[in-house]
Amino acid sequence: MTQFIDRSGEAPPLLELEGVKKAYGRFQAVRGIDLAVPRGEIFGFLGPNGAGKTTTIRMVAGILQPTAGRIRVAGVDLLDDPGTAKRHIGYIPDRPFLYEKLSGGEFLRFVAALWGKEGPEVEARMDRFLELFSLAAWKDELIESYSHGMRQKLLISSAFLHDPDLVVVDEPMVGLDPRSARILKDLLRSFVEGGGTVFLSTHTLEVAEAVCDRIAIIVAGEVQAQGTMDELRTQAGQGATHLEEIFLRVTGGDEVADLVGALAGEVR
Amino acid sequence: MIGRVVDRSVGDRSVGDPALGDPAARGHVRPGVRALLRPKLRSKWNRSARREGGRVRLAFLGVLALGFWALLFTLIYRMLLYFRGAEGIGDLLAGKLLGIGFLTFLMILLLSNVITALSTFFLSRDLDLLLAAPVDPLQVYWARLTESMVNSSWMVVLLVVPLLAAYGVMYGASPPFWLLAAVVLLAFLVLPAVAGSALTLVLVNVFPARRTRDLLALVGLLAAAGVVLLVRLLQPERLVRPDEFRSLVDFMAVLRTPTSPWLPSEWAASTLLTFLTGRWDAFPLVLLVSTAAAALVLGGVLHLKAFPSGYSRAQEGAEQQAGRTRSRWAERLVPARNPAIRQLVAKEVRVFFRDTTQWSQLILLAVLVVVYVYNIRVLPVGRTADVSFFLVNVIGFLNLGLAGFVVAAIAARFVFPAMSLEGRMNWLLRSSPLDPRTLFWTKYAVGTLPLLVVALPLIVLTNLTLEVSPLLFWVSTLAMVGATLAMTAMALVLGALFPNHETENPAEIPTSFGGLLFMMSAVAYLAAVVALCGWPVYRILRARLAEVAGGPGAMVPDVGLLPQVLGFGGATLLTGVIIALSLRLGVRRIREAETFVGEGAA
Repeated sequence: MTQFIDRSGEAPPLLELEGVKKAYGRFQAVRGIDLAVPRGEIFGFLGPNGAGKTTTIRMVAGILQPTAGRIRVAGVDLLDDPGTAKRHIGYIPDRPFLYEKLSGGEFLRFVAALWGKEGPEVEARMDRFLELFSLAAWKDELIESYSHGMRQKLLISSAFLHDPDLVVVDEPMVGLDPRSARILKDLLRSFVEGGGTVFLSTHTLEVAEAVCDRIAIIVAGEVQAQGTMDELRTQAGQGATHLEEIFLRVTGGDEVADLVGALAGEVR
Repeated sequence: MIGRVVDRSVGDRSVGDPALGDPAARGHVRPGVRALLRPKLRSKWNRSARREGGRVRLAFLGVLALGFWALLFTLIYRMLLYFRGAEGIGDLLAGKLLGIGFLTFLMILLLSNVITALSTFFLSRDLDLLLAAPVDPLQVYWARLTESMVNSSWMVVLLVVPLLAAYGVMYGASPPFWLLAAVVLLAFLVLPAVAGSALTLVLVNVFPARRTRDLLALVGLLAAAGVVLLVRLLQPERLVRPDEFRSLVDFMAVLRTPTSPWLPSEWAASTLLTFLTGRWDAFPLVLLVSTAAAALVLGGVLHLKAFPSGYSRAQEGAEQQAGRTRSRWAERLVPARNPAIRQLVAKEVRVFFRDTTQWSQLILLAVLVVVYVYNIRVLPVGRTADVSFFLVNVIGFLNLGLAGFVVAAIAARFVFPAMSLEGRMNWLLRSSPLDPRTLFWTKYAVGTLPLLVVALPLIVLTNLTLEVSPLLFWVSTLAMVGATLAMTAMALVLGALFPNHETENPAEIPTSFGGLLFMMSAVAYLAAVVALCGWPVYRILRARLAEVAGGPGAMVPDVGLLPQVLGFGGATLLTGVIIALSLRLGVRRIREAETFVGEGAA
């Protein structure tokens, strides 16, 4: 397993969101989010489709600028000093476009250079990740010949390559085979044990339940509930033991059962 | 309450019906060509309707198209008027012109149809959905053929309309002519579309699709380059200078011989011309329409037989060729300390030269440059006469404008799309600590240097050929360097302001609204530079000419300081302001850009 630098002794929190809002024209995608994620934690960000997850993720990654509010990474304001703040972040998008005409190795070298890193250390780290995800044989092949899963693995490698403090992941398991999914889970765990922090959004509740230390559920651009699994169970009230039940209760999805019943009647 | 998911009302009624197994009997109607084309049409409509300022844009483009049509119409009409003046051979010349016109269109159509057919039939992303559905393969063929034909023919139609209108008006055509013209045009467009898609189908069955695309791009461009060279070296201008033929009989013989009797271009031209001149002959029309109909049937049969295997082969994209991309020379191209700059340059170079559809366009470019220099060489400028000194310098200035236009066209093709293509990678570039200024400046440097490599030899070579005065030589060379720097900046910033992230084909990007805006701004800027530099140069040359002609003591007109300061200073200032403004605006645009491909709002 790849070794990460131990940062566990440093001061929390690594990621802070303070009254973060985002509007697209008149549409309010995110209506004011406050979060604090300490070092050494995998923080899950859940919500139904269109709740504002990806918008939040992309604001944290420094791609979108919030309409209001502040985002701080390792104490550095992402708006005031984006160059320094982004040095701490690694980002894994869910459906990215890649340079089809670069080889996997060239792409990783390019990404490392964007974070100002190069040389034998980067090369060695690159080879370790490619080996880990069984991509070593494909290092010199053009990305255009990669499958969806291979691209995803290349992206994951690229996000960890510059040794970030915070990894921001949008839908981490999409397109991965069971072996790679397991490797990613172990990788994330090993990363946070070394003091790294993961901020991930997912629809796969089993993944969130198994991997995340704390979870926030966002509905219509606002955080409706957050905490550890136990805290969420308390917030959701009686009868909600699994994350799916908590999620449905918090997001107002109770009527789903009726809906599924009606559908089943139609299909039968 | 939710609605019913599957409407089985028809199927319910067919219980006990022997036709139960037939999907049609259960209420499933196979979609026709119209249904298959609807998503594309709706997408285009929705895109233009929802775009901000869409109507203004549309009105602007409409006025521009009308202006272009009017200009083309006037040019052709005047030429026909000139031909008519030539007793006896006027109609022959007009016929020859129409034949050559249709032949050129046919070649262009064939080339563009072959390249378009590859995307519409084999590489388009919606094909998986379409082929998984229970759709009649023949309907798929008609729909894709229509799409391919429209996409590759609209530009030719834009050119044909004023051409035929000029002929119609010149010969006082009756209303049926316009109907006949429409029928002829449709049949004429169908043939290269069918031929192009059939050729692509055969090629895809032999080579993998990615290789076929590379092969087609290369072959297509080599063919286009060959045609351009051939047409130029044949010196078509001799046709309008009959004095160069040994006798009138030779000239008439050339005119009477059909350019290509076995090609549909000749049939189309003959049909229209025999109608216009009152010597109606139905045979070419019958030949054209029946061939088009037969081609449609044969194309359909070929599609049914060879498409399934061809499509399967087209999916075989992945092929491992270990070690072919191990070379790292591109990373050593610039000695920058910042690794990001070195890798950005290396990435640009690699992406460009690994994409055959990109670099192969350089071949066509080289041919255009050769043709341009050749045109300058064959200009009938008598170098011995006194007056030619002046003429050569006037042409020298025109040369600056035209060479500048060549550079603008190259910038539109290669520099303008740069930011659009990078837009899809915004997720990475914006999430990295890379300063947007570094990205923009690197793009600017990578765009400018190759353009200078084209622009400088072009202006120096043509100036040496023209033997212009040293003053004009240096003025035009410096102006060209400035113009290249300014036009690259303009192309880059307008590309960033009007990006097109949706297309898969970079060649389509310059044909957008922003591309048009860039070409118009570049032409206006070039005109301003030529005018500003031309003013003092004209005065200086006039003074020298008077000095040489009058000998010692002759009255020499005053050059004046004002024209020199205003002219040269104005051109320099204009260039500087454009560069500075473009670069500032471009960096700001990149900082603010928040729109990305394929990603929703939330």
